[in-house]
Amino acid sequence: MTFGPVTPGSPGAIAESREAGNTINLTATSRRPGEQVIKVLLAASAFLSVIITIGIVVALFAPLTTFFANVSIVEFLTGTSWTAGFGAKDSWDDKDWGVLPLVVGTLLTMTIALVVAVPIGLGVATYLSEYASERLRQTVKPALEVLAGVPSVVYGVIALIVLTPILQDLLGANIFNNLSPGIITGFMIVPIVASLSEDAMTAVPRSMREGSYALGANRMQTTVRIVIPAALSGIVAAVVLGISRAVGETMIVAIAAGSQAQLTLNPLVGAQTMTAFIAQVASGDAPQGSPVYYSLFAVGALLFVMTLVMNIFSIALVRRFRQAY
Amino acid sequence: MTATLEERVAEPPELTGTKRPDVRSAVFAGALWACLLLAGLFLMAVLLVILQRGWARFDLALVSEQPSRLNPEGAGVQSAIFGTLWVMLGTILLAIPIGVAGAVYLEEFADNTKWWNRLIEVNIQNLAAVESIIFGILVLAFIVRGPIGTGFVVLAGSAALAMVILPIIIITARQALRAVPQDIRHASLGLGATVWQTSWRQVLPAAVPGIATGTILAVSRAIGEAAPLILVGATAFVTFNPEGFFSRYTVLPVQIFTLVKFPEEANLQLAWAAILLLIIILLAMNGTAIYLRNKFQRRW
Repeated sequence: MTFGPVTPGSPGAIAESREAGNTINLTATSRRPGEQVIKVLLAASAFLSVIITIGIVVALFAPLTTFFANVSIVEFLTGTSWTAGFGAKDSWDDKDWGVLPLVVGTLLTMTIALVVAVPIGLGVATYLSEYASERLRQTVKPALEVLAGVPSVVYGVIALIVLTPILQDLLGANIFNNLSPGIITGFMIVPIVASLSEDAMTAVPRSMREGSYALGANRMQTTVRIVIPAALSGIVAAVVLGISRAVGETMIVAIAAGSQAQLTLNPLVGAQTMTAFIAQVASGDAPQGSPVYYSLFAVGALLFVMTLVMNIFSIALVRRFRQAY
Repeated sequence: MTATLEERVAEPPELTGTKRPDVRSAVFAGALWACLLLAGLFLMAVLLVILQRGWARFDLALVSEQPSRLNPEGAGVQSAIFGTLWVMLGTILLAIPIGVAGAVYLEEFADNTKWWNRLIEVNIQNLAAVESIIFGILVLAFIVRGPIGTGFVVLAGSAALAMVILPIIIITARQALRAVPQDIRHASLGLGATVWQTSWRQVLPAAVPGIATGTILAVSRAIGEAAPLILVGATAFVTFNPEGFFSRYTVLPVQIFTLVKFPEEANLQLAWAAILLLIIILLAMNGTAIYLRNKFQRRW
């Protein structure tokens, strides 16, 4: 806010604003106790978000002490077999706890999604930012919002019932495979990649394009050599956010990728992902305190750390490109 | 603020090169156009498939009957519709007051040179990108089980969805508040109003259309959300309508997930009809939000 300090009767703040000279001190002269109460309530509402974050960290990481008391962290991170759903419900020892199959399943689906989403998303963004008329933009942007607004459970049904049979005919895919949910997840994140990278390209100042045109470059050269490099950090941020969405996407893989955790790079056989495992355990009956119940938190914590690292990276990149101009 | 940025000051000068466009340029433009076409075709295909497959069972029984494993041909999804209504009521009651209050604090009261206010801001940005299933785990650990221990009830679902949309509401409400010009605040403060009186009587009323648009979009996101609710008990096969916030429940997206897993063709048809219903609700809400944005967005 530019109208100066709001803490009533804070002499230091008043003196500061007098020195600054250009801000007017508008602090109320009468003390209204209700005002302070309201301010505290509003601040508490804002601070609730921090409490939620702390809650997430506690909820995910506190159960890990029990989990890693029974499973070695080395086995968890490097083991190549995950059989959490098999064996006796209350036994830790008759199961394999290597999370790699779930991680590889997640990364495989994510890679397929990116192969679809990055070219299409960037193509749409570049077209809208550099080529499209204002009228086309006004039509396409709400359509992108509709695409982004379709619930992921609907995309999951479309992947399983509509796309998978086509892939079965064409490529001999299994009924549960990672290709179909990967492609559909890719289309789901197209709006995210497109709208964020379009923002980044639109933020490139017009003078840079004019400079390029003045040197004789045509529209394609200007786009490829001037606008895209200038917007690169924003574009990378958009892609990273898309990756984090693809990694965390749950319903599409839970419906269409099946529930078999297996270490494979073949997209035509189904490999369970981390989110699909969480959904499977949660929708089945996992008794509180059972090994499977704890493994849900271990996989959730790993997912949270993976997406958090990408999100922080993405937010930092966006901040950098905002500061550039 | 974005509205004024979009206004072009003047027509941009014609900057097309004098040479005829070369082949590479044409191919490049064609490829970009193909991307747009592909995305558009995908959207059309999705909507058409939903309409075509959902139409068969899009009848009165869909809303008037309860789900049934014995008679999927005549079953409906009434419990899921009422479940969605109850869960959304709770979500709205939790998320909107807290979200708007948080936005008012950050925009009107907070001194953003203080580290704790910056922490809140960065934290909200991060929270907006946290995957929704994580909020489900949080509610499972603290509200369904653990210290509060409500069990798998409507309120737990509302809490999970409220956390999913809280950052979205705060971020959009802040943008709406920021779009209200400073002059209005200065005039109000100059007449002797306190900061809260200014916020409540001047700034918030002026920002209502923007806040409403953001809120509708956030709520429509929550209606379609299934992942966090799977963790907090919505996968139960519930054949009765919830009676309150402490009743067992299911919601439309999770009911669709449940129906698709059943082997019978009739259940799949019912799922497509429920999808059509869900899409119609969401398109109507999105349409309302876009209408509000265009109609009431004031340019200062």
